[in-house]
Amino acid sequence: MNPKGYAVYLAKRIGQAVLVLWAAYTVTYVILNLLPKNVEQSILVARGMQEAVGDPNAIAQVRAEFGLNESPVRHYFSVLFAALHGDLGTSYQYGSNVASLIATRLGMTISVSLLAVLLAVVVAFALAFAASYFRQKTIRAILQSLPTLSVSVPTFWIGLLLMQVFSFWLGLLPSIGQTGWKTMVLPVVTMAIPVSAMLSKLLMDGFDTVMREPFIVAAKAHGFSRRSIIVSHVIKNGSLPALTMLGLIVGGTVNGAIVAETVFSRQGVGLLIQQAVQNQDFPVVQGVVLLAAAAFVVVNLVVDLIYPLLDPRISHTAKEV
Amino acid sequence: MSSALQIESTVDAAVKASPETRSLPVRVRASIGTALRGIGDGLRAHSGVSTTLAGLFTVVILIASFLPSLVARKDPYATDPAHMFQAPSAAHWFGTDQLGRDLFARTVYGAHATVTASLLSLAIAVVGGLIIGIASAYVGGIVDTVLMRAVDVLLSIPGLLLSITIVTAIGFGTTPVAVAIGVASLPGFARTTRAQTLKIRNRAYVEAAVVSGVSPLRIVFSHILRNVLGPVSVLAMLDFGAVIMSVATLSFLGFGAKPPAAEWGSLINDGRNYLITSLWISLIPGFVVVLTVLSATVLANNLKRGER
Repeated sequence: MNPKGYAVYLAKRIGQAVLVLWAAYTVTYVILNLLPKNVEQSILVARGMQEAVGDPNAIAQVRAEFGLNESPVRHYFSVLFAALHGDLGTSYQYGSNVASLIATRLGMTISVSLLAVLLAVVVAFALAFAASYFRQKTIRAILQSLPTLSVSVPTFWIGLLLMQVFSFWLGLLPSIGQTGWKTMVLPVVTMAIPVSAMLSKLLMDGFDTVMREPFIVAAKAHGFSRRSIIVSHVIKNGSLPALTMLGLIVGGTVNGAIVAETVFSRQGVGLLIQQAVQNQDFPVVQGVVLLAAAAFVVVNLVVDLIYPLLDPRISHTAKEV
Repeated sequence: MSSALQIESTVDAAVKASPETRSLPVRVRASIGTALRGIGDGLRAHSGVSTTLAGLFTVVILIASFLPSLVARKDPYATDPAHMFQAPSAAHWFGTDQLGRDLFARTVYGAHATVTASLLSLAIAVVGGLIIGIASAYVGGIVDTVLMRAVDVLLSIPGLLLSITIVTAIGFGTTPVAVAIGVASLPGFARTTRAQTLKIRNRAYVEAAVVSGVSPLRIVFSHILRNVLGPVSVLAMLDFGAVIMSVATLSFLGFGAKPPAAEWGSLINDGRNYLITSLWISLIPGFVVVLTVLSATVLANNLKRGER
């Protein structure tokens, strides 16, 4: 590949990513700051000062404290400037810095999410391998219907079912709690199911397409076994397209984290945003959305940057954002 | 494609026929294969059955959601302290909850709330997506760039988070949840509409209409819209299950209607604290959600196959 062309592509792509992140921040700012009517009222309620809602002094104090007297444009730029320096504002309900609030809870969410994604990837590859390895139509039909089936089951219900079976019936694993590896098992499985359903659907389609390629027929004609053909040709070529949909996986993981942490009462970022919404804690909501958008943008950026290196057929100039 | 398949099957046959490759395990596998093929043929003969069942179930759910009082005779809000936590029985098909309320009636009224909210979401997503997509593709230029960048930005925020953000701003309840999910699913529809419009816009008959001086608005309504609606409605069908699931999820997280009201998500959430003793409170409404989403997906997949 032309290294100079790649450098230009790299710079352009990073610039786009920064732009998308800024735009996502702005969109959430507009939604959260311009749509609600009584922001000062929400702040008072979030702080547990319901009785002060009618008190003009308390309202004036809150307005001054959160810069609500400034014009919206000024306020936006001051908040954006602060965000660029890592200051995501002050939580209405906790009164503490949003960035540090997220930081203290991030570890728990990331560890569970990474394990869930790992499990999902392993399961998805195993399913996709099995679906292209077996030639019996019934086995294939069952394997191929698994993703559709599991995508149709709400994640929170999966969590409750797992809790019912493994905590209450079998007594193997704790239903709530956050210390020790045992508490991580059920949330990880709960989050992994929808993600692996999405991923295995993509992989099955990808493997199917590759299995029909002429070079597979050639490999068969050379007498290679089905398994070695899949291992040495199909997996690599068939999983590349799934890489471009990695953003979907990030979205699925974020959704899963919110639901799983709510079901299993784990003090991570997912439960943080669930409670922030419940208490109309706007800065926390905005901070978590920014984090998720950043994860999405970074993952897509990395995929776009390494894709041309993995698949030389793709030219890096043709791809859109 | 078909010639490649032919070659493939010939190669397969050749491999099968050569005696040295046909060892014992292969033969066992082949006979298992024959047996399985029989089951497979049976299943395929019954794939019409699964579609019919999905259709029937969807019809039942739609009737339940539009005419809940016709399907459930009991009052979904009537508490009955003498009959709390009753397991499913002839008197209470889905059992009763912690206040003695009939869960069948609550699930039916929950269908009313959840399914109508989902339809509202879809309507917002489809209409908004059509307007933005057609405007983007038909006007082109700077309008196209601006609108499509906006769509890209919305797509960079995970769907559930975007709808949660909107709900935070506009408040809780069934309708706000429906609006939030509708807006969050709009970008996908805008993209599909734009792609389809671009395809149609360059067709000879559209160009002929432009040359003959037909007004742009008329072209949009009589040519573009008609051709765009097909793919968009397939996407809407495919999205219906996902939208129901999102509505139920937001309601489960506590952002839907306030307590006495019945919604699928909140019904399941209500039963969470009683899982050990009375699991049917969460289990049965959840099962109804699964069947509904599955039916919608089966029907949508059939529709998609028909479209091709």
